[in-house]
Amino acid sequence: MTTMRRRRLQVRRPLGLLAALAISAGALLSGLPAHADETTPASSDAPRVDLILDVSGSMRTADLDGKSRISVAQQSIDEVIDALPSETDFGIRTLGATYPGNDKSIGCKDTQQLFPIGKTNKVEAKTAVATLRPTGWTPIGLALRGAAQDLGTGQTTRRVVLITDGEDDCAPPDPCDVARELAAQGTHLVVDTLGLAHDDKTRQQLLCIANATGGTYTDVRTQDQLTGKVNQLVKESGDTYRITPAKTSGTDKCETAPVLNPGVYSDREKFAEHRVYRVPVKPGQELRASVSVSMDRAVARDYGVLLQATDPTGQELVRGTDAGSGRTDVASTGVRWSASGASATPAKGAGAAGAAGDQAVCLVVSNSFAPQPGVAADPGLPLELTVDVAAASPAPDGPAAGLGRGWVLLLVLTGAGLLTGLVFGWVARWRIAVWREN
Amino acid sequence: MMRTAIRFTAGALLALGLLPALAPAASAASPSPSPSGKGLAPATTAGTSFLTATTLAAGQEASVAASTGDYLYWAFPASEGQTDTVQVTVTLPPAAERHAPQTWTVELFDGLRRRQSCTAGPQNATAAPNTASVSIGCTLRQIRSWAEPWSGDPLPGTYYVRLTTTDADQQDLGLAAQVQLHVTAKGGPNDAQPEGGELKAPLVPPVNAGSTAAPGASGASGAPTAAAGAGPGTGRAAAPVEPKTHWYSDLFSGWNTRWFWTLGGGALAALAGVGGYTLTRHPHGRRPTPHPGSHH
Repeated sequence: MTTMRRRRLQVRRPLGLLAALAISAGALLSGLPAHADETTPASSDAPRVDLILDVSGSMRTADLDGKSRISVAQQSIDEVIDALPSETDFGIRTLGATYPGNDKSIGCKDTQQLFPIGKTNKVEAKTAVATLRPTGWTPIGLALRGAAQDLGTGQTTRRVVLITDGEDDCAPPDPCDVARELAAQGTHLVVDTLGLAHDDKTRQQLLCIANATGGTYTDVRTQDQLTGKVNQLVKESGDTYRITPAKTSGTDKCETAPVLNPGVYSDREKFAEHRVYRVPVKPGQELRASVSVSMDRAVARDYGVLLQATDPTGQELVRGTDAGSGRTDVASTGVRWSASGASATPAKGAGAAGAAGDQAVCLVVSNSFAPQPGVAADPGLPLELTVDVAAASPAPDGPAAGLGRGWVLLLVLTGAGLLTGLVFGWVARWRIAVWREN
Repeated sequence: MMRTAIRFTAGALLALGLLPALAPAASAASPSPSPSGKGLAPATTAGTSFLTATTLAAGQEASVAASTGDYLYWAFPASEGQTDTVQVTVTLPPAAERHAPQTWTVELFDGLRRRQSCTAGPQNATAAPNTASVSIGCTLRQIRSWAEPWSGDPLPGTYYVRLTTTDADQQDLGLAAQVQLHVTAKGGPNDAQPEGGELKAPLVPPVNAGSTAAPGASGASGAPTAAAGAGPGTGRAAAPVEPKTHWYSDLFSGWNTRWFWTLGGGALAALAGVGGYTLTRHPHGRRPTPHPGSHH
């Protein structure tokens, strides 16, 4: 999709230029760029990144290459702003930037939008960042909620880059719960965290936030690492922000299950829950489905996922399964299925599928995850479902048109030829001999 | 007569000599794991999920700055008959910053996110706290041209690589690591099993958002191929190169080495036949009576 848009832009630009040249003598020149702007995709279609910078008092600590954390962060952000891709909507939010006092109730509301999300004026943005001084508290949870609001809702993936040096000292709300809550809203929000301090509590909290939203965690040791990572994240969000699954909600029974067309879907599945979806498959078509269940919280060591395709009566057609143990992000599996022969089950589930000749195949997703003690069961684990219908591939007839290969074949053919030649020759000799005798 | 036989023999020898020369030409016409990506710059990104996996061209490398504990995804296309090998070298964070051994694992999945077995290569390796780097790899089974829908055999289509730190001390998570990834493929469509098998559409998953039809609505699957308005090719993951189609593609399954073997065999048989016949007519290689008519 991105390439399509780019191509369109590339076409449009030369055209716009030509038009501008043609009318350059006239006074209408100023009108043309405006027209070109109108046809470009709306800003809501651009990749959106919000950077949350911790400006709490602890950022004064000078422990990164002999420089203070805040100065390292400021310099890195300067470089990131310089390298910002032109299509990206970028904004900055701060936490703990204004209230220097000791009153927790005030200090924990201290988060502002420093620079609104949009096409960035690089000079202004850099000036705004340069004026920041380490001041107050660390309300990470609140800042995440604020960032989610700044980014707004939409169909594309939006990214939050959180740079902080300390654990949230304002819970509740616990920032990890906030992250999970934002992820469960289905707003396609990814939080990447970068930690400037190296203590266990901070690390655990930032890992938890990253895991809950499918983001990454980086332990920052040098300024280059920080700049490189943020640049990488911004670039990545520009490359992948359009890839978002459609939200759906599976049911527990096949009759009431949502009917899915080919594409990618997201859903939530609780521990030990079954979710059912339906896909109509025409005769001569092959169903392809895959499912991934993410572990966005602490689960027991061993786990598994099962994807069953059944017919509307509950008869199993095929199953895919995967199990594992240890640290991982998703457990996934997939199935292929096509009706074996046209006569096998003609229009068996026609009534359920709607169109005549279709067979409704039910996809049942189940998991064998178990929560670790004290882990919330609600909302369910993120589930991603890919559905595709392709032409069925019948069993092959055999090698190409009965042709052969290999030295044995050559030997056999040559031998047969020789034998035939000899036989014909002898027959001819015999006939001549007989003819001469007569 | 003799001269004709000699001419025949020469022709056949020529044909035989051409046989091995033609065979590779035949395979070159079909999609082959040509190192087209060799000239490409290494990819510097990795995805964080199956959906966002960074696509690598055949032979393209990836060199990515990552954090310990990241889940890194790449996708590459593979076509029938290939045997793909993924090799990963991870340059670990400085030993001074690490606390405990860490295990890195590379896993391969097909286009349906089904786990694929590795036939070779240490799929995971544990690095002691003082080692500087760790090398792991995975060799897939040979990609088959066709398999029953119920089987998990590797088929042409997208393949996903996932690199994970499967075991690490929590204190070591997030530290900077450098990852080098290299995918190589050997073999081509002529080796693909079963012969004559064909997968009508490669296992390339859609990546566009789906659209839900109301349950019970008639014509729910009206146009399943045109779902979500995504154009062909835009809503798909890494796909193998489509084989070229020719005017004769529908008439027979295409040129492959079997044609040359069989044609060569036919020519040899014809020659042997003529040779055998000549042998019986002139057992000692001499002409019994010089025929003026047969001389040409």
